Amino acid sequence: MALKTEHMVLNMGPQHPSTHGVLRLELEIEGELVNKVTPHLGYLHRCFEKHAEAMQYNQVVPYTDRLDYLAAIGNNFGYALAVEKLLGIEVPERVEYIRVIMAELQRIASHLVAIGSNGADIGALTPFLYLFRDREHILSIIEETCGARMLYNYIWIGGLSHDIHPDFVRKTKEFCNYFKPTIVELDNLLSYNKIFIERTANIGVLPVDTAINFGSSGPTLRGSGIKFDLRSDDPYSIYDRFDFEIPVGKGLMGTVGDCWDRYYVRIREMEQSLRIIEQAIDHIPDGDVQSAIPKRIKPPKGTVYRRVENPRGELGYFIISDGTVNPFRVKVRAPSFVNLEVLGELCKGYLVADVIAILGSIDIVLGEVDR
Amino acid sequence: MKQYFKNTWLGIYTVLVGMKITFKHLFTPAVTIQYPEVKLKLPERERNRLYVNMDDCIGCDQCSRACPVSCIEIETVKSIPGEELGVTSNGKKKALWVTKFNIDFAKCCYCQLCVFPCPTECIYMTDIFEFSEYDRNNLIYKFATLSEEEAKEKKINFEKFTAEKEAQKAAATAKPKEEQKPAS
Amino acid sequence: MYQYFYDLTGNTILATLVVAVFPLVNVLIVALIGVYLERKVSAWIQDRVGPNRTGPFGLFQTVADFVKMLQKEDATAKDIDSKLYNIAPVLVFTGSFAAYAAIPFSSKLIGSEAEVGLFYVIAISSLVVGGILMAGWSSNNKYSLLGAMRSVAQIISYEIPTAIIVLSIVMLTGTLSLDKISNMQTAYFWNWNILGGAEFGITKFLLIPFMVVGFIIIFISTLAEVNRTPFDIPEAESELVAGYFTEYCGMKWAMFMLSEYGNMFAVSAIVSILFFGGYHSPIGYLGNSLGVEWLIPFEQAFWFLAKGWLFILVQMWLRWTLPRLRVDQLMSLCWKYLIPYAFVNLIIIGVISLL
Repeated sequence: MALKTEHMVLNMGPQHPSTHGVLRLELEIEGELVNKVTPHLGYLHRCFEKHAEAMQYNQVVPYTDRLDYLAAIGNNFGYALAVEKLLGIEVPERVEYIRVIMAELQRIASHLVAIGSNGADIGALTPFLYLFRDREHILSIIEETCGARMLYNYIWIGGLSHDIHPDFVRKTKEFCNYFKPTIVELDNLLSYNKIFIERTANIGVLPVDTAINFGSSGPTLRGSGIKFDLRSDDPYSIYDRFDFEIPVGKGLMGTVGDCWDRYYVRIREMEQSLRIIEQAIDHIPDGDVQSAIPKRIKPPKGTVYRRVENPRGELGYFIISDGTVNPFRVKVRAPSFVNLEVLGELCKGYLVADVIAILGSIDIVLGEVDR
Repeated sequence: MKQYFKNTWLGIYTVLVGMKITFKHLFTPAVTIQYPEVKLKLPERERNRLYVNMDDCIGCDQCSRACPVSCIEIETVKSIPGEELGVTSNGKKKALWVTKFNIDFAKCCYCQLCVFPCPTECIYMTDIFEFSEYDRNNLIYKFATLSEEEAKEKKINFEKFTAEKEAQKAAATAKPKEEQKPAS
Repeated sequence: MYQYFYDLTGNTILATLVVAVFPLVNVLIVALIGVYLERKVSAWIQDRVGPNRTGPFGLFQTVADFVKMLQKEDATAKDIDSKLYNIAPVLVFTGSFAAYAAIPFSSKLIGSEAEVGLFYVIAISSLVVGGILMAGWSSNNKYSLLGAMRSVAQIISYEIPTAIIVLSIVMLTGTLSLDKISNMQTAYFWNWNILGGAEFGITKFLLIPFMVVGFIIIFISTLAEVNRTPFDIPEAESELVAGYFTEYCGMKWAMFMLSEYGNMFAVSAIVSILFFGGYHSPIGYLGNSLGVEWLIPFEQAFWFLAKGWLFILVQMWLRWTLPRLRVDQLMSLCWKYLIPYAFVNLIIIGVISLL
């Protein structure tokens, strides 16, 4: 009589010590090799899109903060751009410059969390704390200007909620000078560490056509070698005035598109964000940040789709307006939701410990995935 | 074969580089702040608990309408002519008695959308964040300064006044009809 | 040691008591200070402060943890195999505790001056393997089983480089007794084995690089024996919750922790005896220069404890710097890298020692 074998089903339940939030992963494993990964979502669903239909246009902005709560300015930015296109208003130059600087600062802060938790999942607990200490500097700069550290409600439709604090320019420049040696230290401590390379190189290789077919974006896509960044390929706001490079994964430590490449893309993106900030910080023109904010937002009937480059990928807002003060439909194309699909493809044939490393390198935030 | 020795060398070297960095950090001072004894000074634009200065509130309901989570409840009663309610700090004359002004801090999302529409700037955000309670109902803050009896009294006054006015109006429309009748 | 205390106190019972209790007290103190120091050292490395509220500088933190564990309800899962479940912590603790019988703390504080002390230590610390397997199997939990099997594979494989390096030292010194090995590296640090041993000559200088290589290999293998990062897969906190002791709570879990710290000290003691001179001081004895004879054993105990703690601190330092190795990489590190290097080292030392 032949022995009936089946794959063991291991449940990495909604609460597990790796970060990222409430995500349930069902793994079918054979000993240590993973056969299939099924993510179960919905533990953080808060009906954002339905709420938006009951709010007025400017009241939706605090709700958009809570989608990708680690990169809140990007969410505000995308929504404000979408409604401004619907209304057809132009914002002053000063507003554009400040929006770009804030978005890039937020990009650095979000990547710090992503890299820190990636390292912490793999076992290096110290860089996590060093990076959070650096993130504190960014959060206090933003806190002085708009009053909140994480959910800002800063970028409004037609302008900003507050003008920048008088100390903003000086503190941002100090931060830029402080941060450059920190990246070098992080490289020495984590990126080129042989054990870290062993754990992440050649793991979770995402081939180019799979990445494009699944619709992934952000560092997940750029880690596979494709040079596509919305800030330079479909520029919005004033990104076309700045000179920056787009880092792509080159397979320096293994194959192109492995976890190390995605991690490496994030670190180099932080450097490029610093470059953009340094180019913009000295040229902020004068003006009134609240002059273009409309008193009553009642856009004409129509639809609009506007996308921005969030730290995790392409965040898109599709808004249908029916002429009243409440939007008819707001649909969010969340980058983490689309990137999470790739997990099933990437994990085949690797060990259980690799699933964690791969999940950390895709970098999802459950607020976006479940909305 | 060469890769083998390179791996060994890299393994030892990168570990030593990492150890040097952590060793240096052993001697850097800690960044922790000993919280209850030492508190950070928060910036002036900080967005924590709301405060309403009722002397300046004209009862216009703008903040309640601007709130995305509907956490502000306002009820007002019109004042009868002849009653003096006072003047706000920027010169506006108040015309409404504010009988109920409740803010439910369990719902407030600290978005600051209520601060901007206020014409007298009487609602603003302070930097108090240590106000947790054991019972959720204690988080409903009542800002109205009129007591229950006073509020009822104002309401009754207003209803009496409107009733009188209605009666006067009815009398005024009835009188010309009567005057017309004998004429015809 | 018994003879020494008998001479000191003149009482059989007291001397027996001291001899029996002394290693236990040492293990408990090591665990007590070890837990506190680990939290403090990790905090300093991470730019934090660590525990500082319980007692001055947080010194009573371990006591607080211990009291908390004592008063915990001993909740056990339903379908466990209770005989194995209860014996497992005892075995693990015994395996690490029994090694103290042969470790010399000073020239007078040795549990048993057996001629095969080194062999005994290596053998008895393998009892831990049985305990871990019992713990993992009887917990009736997939995670524990995975953790236990990985841990068993890890410990058994890393015994081999340890044994090979120990063999190379034995070849040099010609004896298995830990006491004699310490005594061969008498006073002054240039007599230490890592610097070539006590006999002056061309062999001493030829041996130095190979001794350093041997020290690195045995340090890495003993790290793996104790399940410390980068080899802490069995207790990987972010992958398998807590590995083979997931289902244990209260005092039984405390036994596992005690045995981990006890093992750490035992292992650093072995490394320091083999390579760094055991209980002899590097700079001569205060007792000798002052002419006070009875001070010398205490000084030796002090130096021994200092060396043991130094290696424990290095182990903690490594834990907070390095990420974790995956299971198959751990195995390949052992079999493909450490064992060949250890063998080559052994052969070369053997050749040099014949000169």
